[in-house]
Amino acid sequence: MARFLVRRILQGLLVIWLVTIAAFLLFALDPSGPDSVARRIGGRSATPAQLHRIIEDLGLREHIWNQYWHFLVGGVPGRHGLIRGDLGHDYYYGIPVTHVLKTAAPVTLSLAVGAAVLWLLMGLASGVLSAVRPRSFLDRFFTSIALFFYSLPTFVLGLLLLLIFYFDLTTKAHLHWFPAAGYVDLTKNPAQWAHHLLLPWLTLAVVSAAAYTRLARSSMLDVLGEDYIRTARAKGLSERRVVLRHGLRAALTPIVTQFGIDVAVLIGGAVVTETVFSLHGLGYEAVQAINNQDLPVIIGIVIVASVAVVVANIVVDIFYAILDPRVRLN
Amino acid sequence: MSIQDAGGASELATLPGHDAGEPVEAAKVIQGRSPWRLAYERLRRDRAAVVSAAVILIIVACAIGAPVFAAITGHGVNEQFRHNGLSVEGFPVAPGSHFLLGTDDQGRDLLVRIAYGARPSLLVGVVTSAITVTFGAIMGLMAGYFGRVVDTVISRIIDVTLSIPFLLFAVALAAVSGGGSLWLVIVVLSIFGWSSVARIVRGQVFSIREREYIEAARSLGASPWRIMFIDIVPNVIAQVIVYASLLIPLSIVAEATLSYLTIGVQPPTADWGAMIASSQAVYTVAWWDLVFPGVALLITTLAFNIFGDGVRDAFDPRADRLFV
Repeated sequence: MARFLVRRILQGLLVIWLVTIAAFLLFALDPSGPDSVARRIGGRSATPAQLHRIIEDLGLREHIWNQYWHFLVGGVPGRHGLIRGDLGHDYYYGIPVTHVLKTAAPVTLSLAVGAAVLWLLMGLASGVLSAVRPRSFLDRFFTSIALFFYSLPTFVLGLLLLLIFYFDLTTKAHLHWFPAAGYVDLTKNPAQWAHHLLLPWLTLAVVSAAAYTRLARSSMLDVLGEDYIRTARAKGLSERRVVLRHGLRAALTPIVTQFGIDVAVLIGGAVVTETVFSLHGLGYEAVQAINNQDLPVIIGIVIVASVAVVVANIVVDIFYAILDPRVRLN
Repeated sequence: MSIQDAGGASELATLPGHDAGEPVEAAKVIQGRSPWRLAYERLRRDRAAVVSAAVILIIVACAIGAPVFAAITGHGVNEQFRHNGLSVEGFPVAPGSHFLLGTDDQGRDLLVRIAYGARPSLLVGVVTSAITVTFGAIMGLMAGYFGRVVDTVISRIIDVTLSIPFLLFAVALAAVSGGGSLWLVIVVLSIFGWSSVARIVRGQVFSIREREYIEAARSLGASPWRIMFIDIVPNVIAQVIVYASLLIPLSIVAEATLSYLTIGVQPPTADWGAMIASSQAVYTVAWWDLVFPGVALLITTLAFNIFGDGVRDAFDPRADRLFV
């Protein structure tokens, strides 16, 4: 176990390191980068001397590997480097990137976790019910619904929900069931927090649940065809126990894998959902930062996103070993 | 219709007797058939797959024949009808006899734009899947066959591409390259798509590599490339094709999403994702600007998904059919 963890964490660090290089190189590709960054910071009235100063201060003209080195280990005034947990400062307001991440992360986390719980429940329940009675009415009903939402892009569903449940209900029927877009902090008002997130949760959950219905159904069907399920039935166990204890446990492995990756990707920013509902989470901030060429913020969010994926992969492998006794971590 | 009705088993059962009146037909059935032929026949008997294939053909016809819509209505794709295409307040005109599906926020004919909008969707869907699958399969093949250093390098690259938030990189690439375009979308989707294919193929090749016939080929002095492409590829190609067919709808959704985020096709080119994005300004008073392009997108992805499921079932009759 310890050896497994050490090896996987080292591998993960390597991957994160490569990701930061990829992000840096991407911006090095843009020859007009320093000028347009300086122009954005200085504004229209900035003199060439001022622009030059901005470029010098931020070290934008330095060789890309020098910039990367300063980012990694610091060595210039005001920078401590990634290895000391310093991600630098936002180009425009001078806010520490860690602070930007701290404000945006709770929004994305609330959105991702809430939606994930919803879609896992919906997907598992409908998938298992379908698999228990294949070709029944219920099966056809769930699989058709799943296919429908599986084919529906997230942003289309989000906009439709906004149109129907917010605009039509509120402005036409004068029913204030759903609030407008926005985010209320969980610690300030849990009820308002959930109320504001209801539509974004639904949007994300319904679209993702569709894939899980399909996955859970096919995985469950495979497992229910195994010999040991017949044995369990022959022992006289209740059908409920056979399905949930013997069947579902084995069927969960591929679902857990997919779930880990999906949640991790969302934690790195649910770009589309956050854009549709104007939630200022990591995905939204990232898009803003990219449009402003705010490299420190972008790298910060990319690091958070890839850490999430790496950690999720390790957690998934550990879960694998717990769920399936045949799997050994080494 | 269950797969047993469509699969090979029932054809064997119909061999004697049933076709006695038509001996020619019976003789045909006895002929040895390749797995490809069998898969094709299973696909042809799958009603849902046939219907979805027909829908796909209709969509393709709409994309190719988009100028016909423009000619019949007399409305150009980018033509703005300021006098009768927008209301006095400057809002889009509702569906009616003049504009069958209404107009958009710029006073352009929605029907004509939806027909033209099928072009980028289909193009990106098909081209991206083809590139992704080909490149991914070759990388997976090399990683799986050569193992060791080659495998380590390719696997790390796969890990990295799978850990990078793809939408963020797409937005970043668009910003760096000075605005989005159709080619950017294809490049981004291909860069992030190949790794999943490579992972699947790599796993397959790992087990095929140890089979006796590969050992036999090697002992006969076959070169690695010959073994890879002549002996191994035919054993993984079915899976790759299934993956490709399920990748098309995913790519179409991804293209629409990128265009929605203004990274894809640039205005005034008609594109479903971009149309939905621009509908956001007016959809509270003009629902058709959101709903019709959305429905066009949904029908397309739905048809490709159902067809892809059919292809998967046709190649793997063991797999239980998901959709009827």
